[in-house]
Amino acid sequence: MTQQAAPHARSQPLQAALKDAGLSALIAFGLFFFLIGLRTEQGPTGALEITTRLPQLAMLVGAVFAGSLARGLLFGRDAIGIGRFIPPALVQAATRIGRFAGPALLGFALLVPWLFYDNRYLLDLGILVLTYVMLGWGLNIVVGLAGLLDLGYVAFYAVGAYSYALLATHFELSFWICLPLAGILSAFWGILLGFPVLRLRGDYLAIVTLAFGEIIRLVLLNWQSLTGGPNGISSIPRPSFFGLPFVDDEGSFASTFGLEYSPTHRVVFLFYLILALALVTNWVTIRLRRLPIGRAWEAMREDEIACRSLGINTTTTKLTAFAMGAMFGGFAGSFFATRQGFISPESFTFGESALVLAIVVLGGMGSQIGVAIAAFVMIGGFELFRELDQYRMLVFGFAMVTIMIWRPRGLVATREPSIHLGERKAVGAAFVGQGQG
Amino acid sequence: MEYFLQQLINGLTLGSIYGLIAIGYTMVYGIIGMINFAHGDVFMVGGFVALIAFLALVAIGVTAVPLALFLVLLIAMGLTALYGWTVERFAYRPLRHSYRLAPLISAIGMSIILQNYVQIAQGARVKPLPPLVTGGHTLIASEAFVVQLSNIQIIVVATTLALLAAFTWLVAKTRLGRDMRACEQDLKMASLLGVDIDRTISLTFVIGAALASVAGIMYLLYYGVIDFFIGFVAGVKAFTAAVLGGIGSLPGAMLGGMLIGLIETFWSAYFSIEYKDVAAFSILIIVLIFLPTGILGRPEVEKV
Repeated sequence: MTQQAAPHARSQPLQAALKDAGLSALIAFGLFFFLIGLRTEQGPTGALEITTRLPQLAMLVGAVFAGSLARGLLFGRDAIGIGRFIPPALVQAATRIGRFAGPALLGFALLVPWLFYDNRYLLDLGILVLTYVMLGWGLNIVVGLAGLLDLGYVAFYAVGAYSYALLATHFELSFWICLPLAGILSAFWGILLGFPVLRLRGDYLAIVTLAFGEIIRLVLLNWQSLTGGPNGISSIPRPSFFGLPFVDDEGSFASTFGLEYSPTHRVVFLFYLILALALVTNWVTIRLRRLPIGRAWEAMREDEIACRSLGINTTTTKLTAFAMGAMFGGFAGSFFATRQGFISPESFTFGESALVLAIVVLGGMGSQIGVAIAAFVMIGGFELFRELDQYRMLVFGFAMVTIMIWRPRGLVATREPSIHLGERKAVGAAFVGQGQG
Repeated sequence: MEYFLQQLINGLTLGSIYGLIAIGYTMVYGIIGMINFAHGDVFMVGGFVALIAFLALVAIGVTAVPLALFLVLLIAMGLTALYGWTVERFAYRPLRHSYRLAPLISAIGMSIILQNYVQIAQGARVKPLPPLVTGGHTLIASEAFVVQLSNIQIIVVATTLALLAAFTWLVAKTRLGRDMRACEQDLKMASLLGVDIDRTISLTFVIGAALASVAGIMYLLYYGVIDFFIGFVAGVKAFTAAVLGGIGSLPGAMLGGMLIGLIETFWSAYFSIEYKDVAAFSILIIVLIFLPTGILGRPEVEKV
């Protein structure tokens, strides 16, 4: 269709663009007339009353017309190619800088508590970003390496958080004992989920993991005697510095090291704690990729049948992938519980799973640095638009769609092969199987 | 026994609504192999368009309920179909030749957009609508329990059956249906044989959205309330229904919808209302363990 329209569009670009823009405006009018042009509000009697908002409707339709006209004049009917406006030298420079992005980001992360010591808000935001970096790296094992599409990752996050909260409040175990226990319990749940889905592929797997995530959330919501239901669990013990609590008292962290007590100590400690946990996740993932099990994951992602023909046990391969991913999700969950001091099922909705999956996919599946950058951009950007209030989720949704259309392979679209012959070089992500089954 | 019969009626009504939404999922999945995550929200948009259209009609003086309902049905189906078309054109078509996860993420983004768009445009509060279709029939009136079949339940089930029949005819007998089946079997081959793929896929979304809008109207009339968040839960359950019935299969979608509706209703009636969704999802998992392609789905042939 594009080819037929092209000569016509070239001869009379303005006319064609005007025609397209008019059509777009007409469609926009149809879409927005009832939902924007009219508004329903409950009146004083309780019945719905209707009011008109024609100026807003006219503005939106006008904006669609103008946008469509600009697009038509700039690109004709071809796809919007922003790439042609970026000079190649800039791309090369970006690639060169990109090689140092990892160490630079790590250095920056290490320095954040010094740079922003007085800025509690930025420290908290940093902790939040790092939590999502860790979740993204954990999910990356399942989706990016093993190629299993998991829409219920938040379940393991929840299991980790509740494990820590329950163990710490009922048995008064310390964070450092609870952390591995929560990880083990989450891994156990990962295996439990893994068993029924072993035979499933692709979207069946996706829907079962989604269902699993919802089941966990609903059980947490309704098992009032254990989890407190919608009220959640509060007064979860805060973390201590290897036994030294962060309080203004004798025998605390501040008094032991002869420092003046400041509540920021705990925030800084939490920051380094999550940074360390995230780096452990990253390090384990990188090491695992070189082990037979990591190779098996990637082989399974590329072609499950070939993988089975070569004698790889896909059952254990899938289960270990689920267990590993779940374990890191559980660690992150424990951290979340100790940081918040309060958890409730509301923190573990499908939206969280979608957010983590979006971070992994937008960052470029299988790319560790890409996931970190995506978490930084998404969570940081989300905070940046705080002033927009109700519009920010809308902006967030548009960002997801446009990034996907603009760069379907994620922000970092090159992959380091795990194994190579001769020269080591990155390959385009399009050559790597992703989320296939 | 009477109680059981009443729950059966309620379950079938709920199942009809799920079934109508599930058809949209199953058609899109059958043709382009993607989970249209925004479909549940298209259903919600359909409900909202219907609500506002009804209020607007009342405001301009159309007060006869049957006429108003008919006009609302036309308006909602038309405009929701336009939403379906726009969503496909804007968020999915550019990604058609991409890898599998790309349209899925785009769809999740689209779902967020639609939800927040409606929330901003119409507010987050629940919108109540007074019951338009009232009355019903008493089937059995024993001392212990009275079994009621309300008019709205009859309308829901009858409309669903009529739409299902019309849709089955469309897929089996018309040119468009043949194109759709061809695309489902092999997209590339169909395009080589002269099927306009873009048009077929667009129309699939349009039809799916129109059916979802009918489900939205049913939901609005049956429950009398609507808010911007109903799309998510209904969407997940309808997709569960589509998978349960065997994704890509039309009778399967309807069967799955009915099953999910019945499971949910009976579980709430006899066990606990809090765990009704857990029951529905658990049954999905159990069915998939033993029938990995759903109840009516064809086994997937893996070629090397």
